[in-house]
Amino acid sequence: MTGAGMTILKHLIGAMLLLSALLTAIPAHAQFADADLTTLVDALAPGSFKDRETAIGNLVASGDPRAVPVLETLLEGELYFDETGGKVVFTSASGGKGAISDPVTGADLSDLTEADLEKVKVNNSLRRVLRTAIGQMTLLSEDARVRLSAAQSVLRDADPAQLELLDSAISAETDVRIKRVMEQARAVIMLKSPEASVEDKTAAVPVVLAIGGRDALNTLTTALASAPDEIRPTIESAIDGLARDRAAWDVAQNVWFGVSLGSVLLLAAIGLAITFGVMGVINMAHGEMVMLGAYTTFVVQEIIRQNAPGLFDWSLAIALPAAFLFTGLVGVAIERGIIRFLYGRPLETLLATWGLSLIIQQAVQRIFTANIREVGNPSWMSGSFELGGLAITWNRFYIVIFALLVFVALLLVLKYTAIGLHMRAVTQNRRMASSMGIRTPLVDAMTFGLGSGIAGLAGVALSQIGNVSPNLGQGYIIDSFMVVVFGGVGNLWGTLVGALTLGIANKFIEPYAGAVLGKIIILVLIILFIQRRPRGLFALKGRSIEA
Amino acid sequence: MTVGNRMIAGLGLGVAMTMGAIAVPAVAQDETIKVGVLHSLSGTMAISETTLKDTMLFLIDEQNKKGGLLGKQLEAVVVDPASDWPLFAEKARELIEVNGVAAVFGCWTSSSRKSVLPVFEELNSILFYPVQYEGEESQRNVFYTGAAPNQQAIPAVDYLMENEGVERWVLAGTDYVYPQTTNKILEQYLLDHGVAAEDIMINYTPFGHSDWQTIVSDIKTFGSTGKKTAVVSTINGDANVPFYKELANQGVMAEDIPVVAFSVGEEELAGFDTTPLVGHLAAWNYFQSVDTPENEAFISAWQTFMGNPDKVTNDPMEATVIGFNLWVQAVEKAGTTDTDAVLDAIIGLETPNLTGGIAKMLPNHHLTKPVLIGEIQADGQFEVVSESELVPGDAWSDFLPESKMIEADWTAPISCGNYNTETKTCGGSEVAAVQ
Repeated sequence: MTGAGMTILKHLIGAMLLLSALLTAIPAHAQFADADLTTLVDALAPGSFKDRETAIGNLVASGDPRAVPVLETLLEGELYFDETGGKVVFTSASGGKGAISDPVTGADLSDLTEADLEKVKVNNSLRRVLRTAIGQMTLLSEDARVRLSAAQSVLRDADPAQLELLDSAISAETDVRIKRVMEQARAVIMLKSPEASVEDKTAAVPVVLAIGGRDALNTLTTALASAPDEIRPTIESAIDGLARDRAAWDVAQNVWFGVSLGSVLLLAAIGLAITFGVMGVINMAHGEMVMLGAYTTFVVQEIIRQNAPGLFDWSLAIALPAAFLFTGLVGVAIERGIIRFLYGRPLETLLATWGLSLIIQQAVQRIFTANIREVGNPSWMSGSFELGGLAITWNRFYIVIFALLVFVALLLVLKYTAIGLHMRAVTQNRRMASSMGIRTPLVDAMTFGLGSGIAGLAGVALSQIGNVSPNLGQGYIIDSFMVVVFGGVGNLWGTLVGALTLGIANKFIEPYAGAVLGKIIILVLIILFIQRRPRGLFALKGRSIEA
Repeated sequence: MTVGNRMIAGLGLGVAMTMGAIAVPAVAQDETIKVGVLHSLSGTMAISETTLKDTMLFLIDEQNKKGGLLGKQLEAVVVDPASDWPLFAEKARELIEVNGVAAVFGCWTSSSRKSVLPVFEELNSILFYPVQYEGEESQRNVFYTGAAPNQQAIPAVDYLMENEGVERWVLAGTDYVYPQTTNKILEQYLLDHGVAAEDIMINYTPFGHSDWQTIVSDIKTFGSTGKKTAVVSTINGDANVPFYKELANQGVMAEDIPVVAFSVGEEELAGFDTTPLVGHLAAWNYFQSVDTPENEAFISAWQTFMGNPDKVTNDPMEATVIGFNLWVQAVEKAGTTDTDAVLDAIIGLETPNLTGGIAKMLPNHHLTKPVLIGEIQADGQFEVVSESELVPGDAWSDFLPESKMIEADWTAPISCGNYNTETKTCGGSEVAAVQ
């Protein structure tokens, strides 16, 4: 720890002692005179980050509850100061209503303008100090939620200097959940602290073990280094247990990563399974349909942002039909305009659609520029949740569900609707279907439109995990063909199994071989597989394959 | 020359030329001074390079408003090498041989720069290369106006060691020459500073990598041994957005595991919501948020030129500006655009950095630059948390055993890009490679 770090530690200890002394008294006693507190608050502005750290320590030492909102505002990086006078102030952005106000008295300071103000800078180490400080100052708050987050912050830092404060907080705590967090924090401190007795440390091990997961492993591994010999075996066996659990969960985690990657591949490939798999058109512009779907999402979000910001969480629901219709129509136009002249000439189709993909990319680049476009995640798609030892991110979770829904829906359309029946009839035997009165050109256009529309849906989903740029489609086109060929051309189930197999295989190879080599290994494996089974996993049998 | 005349001439030439050229080249050679702009306007790198093309058009426009150069107007000749490395060499040749440009401003990736080097050497023209790169190079015809590793990577690592107490390092990069070389230098530097080999994790991913689940999860595991961990990212271009999204979603906070990036600037951050990324770092020689009168004037002129008050600026743009200003000065000093005269004149010239201090062209064709470390803010800008004195760019890293004895000096009597100070001979790297 650096010299300044030691100073701040001393300040913190001082603060702690003062606080614990004051705890028994009524909180109002902690109130400082306005002028004194203002001096302490103003000291936050000048100097370096180290000076600011000292200033925070002094503010904590004041024990005045009015310091908490100041520290919280600083943590959010929304605390300002007057460039000329050096006075620290709240602005409208820092929560005060409308104007600039005094952080201590709340007095209106409207003679200052935004132009006079400059931000009080914070960096990472300062943010840590602030979290600790706020945690200490709010550990005895009356609001249970504030107390819980304070306890969690104490648990994160686990600073032995906070032990006394923590003990008094534990004895005063009535909420079982908060108390558990506090006791966990205490146990972590015990393991960390060189002064703690062997009995205290031994008692702490099972409590820390109960936290589980990486955090517990982390704490115990650190503790092992400085542990006295008597308790080493206890800690070591706890670590072994956790590591075994972890290894099992890691396998599960890899499976989940694989499923998640597989669902992305499935989404990208499923439209191609229609246009290439069912119709036999080598459509190199498939990736661009995905890209157009993603840009549709962007446009929908832009419109919502400007006209109805309240609807933002619904933007994806609105973008889905919009993207399906738009890319579907583009698909129909491509089929009617280009591909129908090229049936039975795969090489020309390949070249024509390749050229088309370049044209679409450049057109999009002209309209939206080459910059990456921001597609926001609705709040319900951000962050992650824990399932046992698995950390599952919400966006990936919803994409897996969405991919499966699209797959099932497509299966139902092909199986149970008239258009689906016509599609299958035309692709299996065009002339027979035609002589039965099916308008084959219309069905061709519809099939291609459906495939493109589904690619558009994939674009909406992929905009949530990746870039939205004109090159978005290029990244997926090779993978899509790989999935369709591997799964078996013309078989939707093959596409599903192919996508998931490739996803999971990729994720199991990646930790050992790295992402670059992993991709190569997968490609080599597929080439070998296609040598053995040229028609993929689920080859269609019978006459239809010759059509 | 009349407009119609020019159009006919342009049409005639246009047939002979590939479709990349945008500006219609004039036939008469003595009316304007032509400046080549060699940046990808399509393909993967268009995201980053298109802005630099616009920057060049902006600078030339400004210079022409000031009366041009040597009494002549400047004219931009823009070509599109389409993110295709061999095409860069063809387009460079076209610019020099067909269009007769006086100097070329261009390239972004090291692969594209390596591709054009022989062309500039053979045709004896000048290239200004505006992007931070891995070093280990100094060519007579090339000026490196971006940062060398000692002006970006090393100071960033120093900052993390000193201010964050980092002891465990993840070096994550895209799989190509810049990250590979930078990581090699950094690894050696860390080992020299007492970091144990098992505390360094090196990871490479393909261009445009989009599935970061495993890697982010590995980083979390690597960072949970009780030692403070940081990620040094040389991940390039569009792979950054999914990487940061995954970091945010998996809950990797800057306070726990900070990520310091060398290829993420304001332009890249414009692509997503940065709220969950506040506190992650970037090391550059320029940030848009730096408050100097020069920078303020530049930003407002640039935004006016682009007609977009939200248009951001970034480090390679500043490097382009400095390179252009130095070239203009050198041409004025030499009184000609002749390559050899300009190469001699430019050494030692100075121009102000937009972030304060003076950029001086050193004999090794690199610049003096301040190193800034910035933390990402919620508004997509960077807040400077550390600023160094001016650091002279070092072409050959002092931390690699095979290059520490090599210096570049393009002034007499050495006039060599890889002078071996031990054997006192030119061609040091080959000698080192043989050993």
